[in-house]
Amino acid sequence: MGRPFDFPGGIELPDNKTQSLQSPIRQPSLPDHFAVPLLQHIGEHARACVQPGDTVLKGQRLADSDRGAGVPVHAPTSGTVTAIEARQVPHPSGLEDWCVRIEPDGRDQWTELADCPDYAELPVEEQLSRIHAAGIAGLGGAGFPTDAKLVAGDGARIRTLILNGAECEPYITADQSLMRERPEAIIAGARIISSLLGAEECLIGIEDNKPEAIKALQEATNGTGIEVVVVRTRYPSGGEKQLIQLLTGQEVPHDGIPADIGVLCQNIATAESIYRALRFGEPVISRITTLTGKALERPGNVEARIGTPIIHLLNEAGLHEDNLKRLIMGGPMMGFDLPSITAPVVKGTNCLIAGTADEFPDSPIPQPCIRCGLCEQACPMELLPQQLYWFARSGEYDKAEDFNLFDCIECGACSWVCPSSIPLVQYYQHAKGAIREQRREQEEADRARLRFEQRQARLEKEKAEKEERRQARMEARKHKASGATPESAASSGPDLETLTRRRDDAREKVDEARAKLEEARETAPEAVTKLERALNKHQKRLDSAEQALANAHESSTE
Amino acid sequence: MLTTGRIMQWVIAATLPGLLALTLFFGWGNLINVVWCTLVAMGTEALILALRKRPVTFFLSDGSAALTGVLLGLALPPLLPWWISLIAAASAILLAKQLYGGLGSNLFNPAMVGYALVLISFPEAMTTNWAQPLALLDEAPGLLDTLAIIASLAEPATIDGITGATPLDVYKHEIGSRLASTVTADPIFGDGIARGWEWVNLAFLAGGLFLIRLKIITWHIPASFLGALTLMTLLFGYDPDQSVPVQMHLFAGATMLCAFFIATDPVSAATSNKGKLWYGAGIGILLYIIRAWGSYPDAVAFAVLLMNFAVPFIDYYTRPRTYGHRKPERGLPS
Ligand code: SF4
Ligand code: SF4
Repeated sequence: MGRPFDFPGGIELPDNKTQSLQSPIRQPSLPDHFAVPLLQHIGEHARACVQPGDTVLKGQRLADSDRGAGVPVHAPTSGTVTAIEARQVPHPSGLEDWCVRIEPDGRDQWTELADCPDYAELPVEEQLSRIHAAGIAGLGGAGFPTDAKLVAGDGARIRTLILNGAECEPYITADQSLMRERPEAIIAGARIISSLLGAEECLIGIEDNKPEAIKALQEATNGTGIEVVVVRTRYPSGGEKQLIQLLTGQEVPHDGIPADIGVLCQNIATAESIYRALRFGEPVISRITTLTGKALERPGNVEARIGTPIIHLLNEAGLHEDNLKRLIMGGPMMGFDLPSITAPVVKGTNCLIAGTADEFPDSPIPQPCIRCGLCEQACPMELLPQQLYWFARSGEYDKAEDFNLFDCIECGACSWVCPSSIPLVQYYQHAKGAIREQRREQEEADRARLRFEQRQARLEKEKAEKEERRQARMEARKHKASGATPESAASSGPDLETLTRRRDDAREKVDEARAKLEEARETAPEAVTKLERALNKHQKRLDSAEQALANAHESSTE
Repeated sequence: MLTTGRIMQWVIAATLPGLLALTLFFGWGNLINVVWCTLVAMGTEALILALRKRPVTFFLSDGSAALTGVLLGLALPPLLPWWISLIAAASAILLAKQLYGGLGSNLFNPAMVGYALVLISFPEAMTTNWAQPLALLDEAPGLLDTLAIIASLAEPATIDGITGATPLDVYKHEIGSRLASTVTADPIFGDGIARGWEWVNLAFLAGGLFLIRLKIITWHIPASFLGALTLMTLLFGYDPDQSVPVQMHLFAGATMLCAFFIATDPVSAATSNKGKLWYGAGIGILLYIIRAWGSYPDAVAFAVLLMNFAVPFIDYYTRPRTYGHRKPERGLPS
């Protein structure tokens, strides 16, 4: 491969990666309990399939999920389920969520795993369902269920599979250590994904500040046709859109997904877990997590079991709690402050930074924007951050949208370079939230109005119809009274006429009942069942009246 | 990491070579003006901040008022009476900046508003108080002499030939009736372009390139400005016997100061890279038009202010194409 393509903007950051790369990946000890969240990614909660008191083996399924909706979760060790309870989970909102609490028995005994040396021979469907069953969700951070992502790519013809090993955020070295130590598993996983997708080429994007990982991957890819593309270290080269642009020169359409241009991105750690799932039947019960920051005595990477309380890992790495100023999950640019130190590790926990006050000094008081344009030069999405800021701040959300606010990937490059220390991304996040809220309210209002109008129109129509029928009946009666029976009525006889009238009356009642029911659905839900029954009754009467009329018709025409 | 205060400091630092050249070739006038205008600008800023009940030291420390003062001191005629500089500097801060809500909210370049105001009000003083090159004087006035002139205690006329018009002005007025060779025989043109001025402009150019290197400014505005000015001269003023030649447009007068320090004032300039190109080119074209066909000898202030007007318009029509979008959005949001 020649020179990779380029993306606009971007910034060079102090990478702070060496601290955590001094030692190989460590295996932490078992904590006194685990709390495995039932939802660790975008999608639905998994349904618990164990109960408090159950004993479980390591790797046993704790909760299940349908394909397309979410992924199952598994026991990180053998032990006893002691509770299924709401707990603090690592989420910026600080909300609690359901977790399965397990107390280890110390034996760490595996459940039976489906070892499968010829995994490559398995049919596509089977491979996908095993990937799902292993609970694999994107390990890069956002965590989209992987089987769903692979299927979604299926229809759209993926030409290029890109493995994201850029890891462009400072501090994080989880992917780097995995590439350094387990390149073969990554490549094996890449080949599985590649063949599942029928991709023509597979590229691994990696920044040039990881020489050992590059070397390891180059050796492992030798002869596989997979290409290791080394890109210049520049944040945010690991952003999905930026990496695609770097490696293919193409841009993901602003209202589309990478599959629209025949590209699919996967994180290298996801590839590794896919290999483990198919080859050894191992579900995702651990991930590589970087523990770093100056408040730790022994920074490094650990193979952290999902559900381990974060405090346990930090203590093992020598946490000085007094020095801890900020605890960040993810990187310093796009990560978030953990609301609680007891929250558990989840599938997306790629990094925990225990930062001290001198690492993360308070940001200075923002000064006015001087329109220096540094933010614009840094923006990888070619937005105009200073204009977005202006609009966001003054609440001119329509203008912000018009300036493509929603294309902002919240990478924070603009805030980083702003000489006036304006927390730009916070303004964008706030504006996006406000706009979404507005949209939701608008939709709500639209729907209510539509419902009202439809109902109004229906009532009008029903009234008109009823009126028409009444007119017709009056007409008929008049005719009868005057003896001037119309032809049809004459031939059908009085019997038929009565039947018709009965039918019409019944229909009217049905209409009335239906209208009442509709109304009750909106205004008085408690009356709905009763009214439903009434409607049924009237409907039945109408049916029999119609039947009678039809029979009479038949007999009269015979 | 750059901070806003640091940016202003660097810009001020980058003007020092130009200030040095001005002082070497034209005497103490500019240096005195720079100090005086800076004091007035900062004083005015502090006063207004205090009146508006804003934190004075916090905002003064951003250095923007100081920079406005420095730029005015560099641009004004070196021997201008003190009270005219005072009006220029005070109104720059008061009218052009604080009335708009302070740093970042002003539409117009404050220094140029101050400059234009005094240029319109005191056209005579603004054209005749330019210091002549020291090399042409029998005896260079010392610091105290210069102070005395500026303080209006001594009449400049008492020191023979110390003030006059700028070479640009002289050339423009003389060339109508004489040939280029006879016009440039005047010693203020020296052997090259314009005695002293060429060095001053080179010094500002050097300072400007330094700012580009530091990524404090981008190349777009200076490049398009100088390019447009050159192009205009080549198109309309190619005959040195009829109009001011291109080297004089570029290296006499305030051209380089404008290119790198005035037109690039971020607050009042266009924002996107493409917008900056248009903005710079607009200033170049207007500068030529006013210099060549207007009645003012130099026109940096008017050219810049006119383009400041156009900035919102330029910004709306030069938005970059966002990643993943096929075309850049144009025009005002509906
Ligand atoms: S970097 Fe900051 S000060 Fe400069 S234009 Fe952007 S928001 Fe304004
Ligand atoms: S946070 Fe948004 S506006 Fe700022 S640099 Fe990143 S993409 Fe651009």
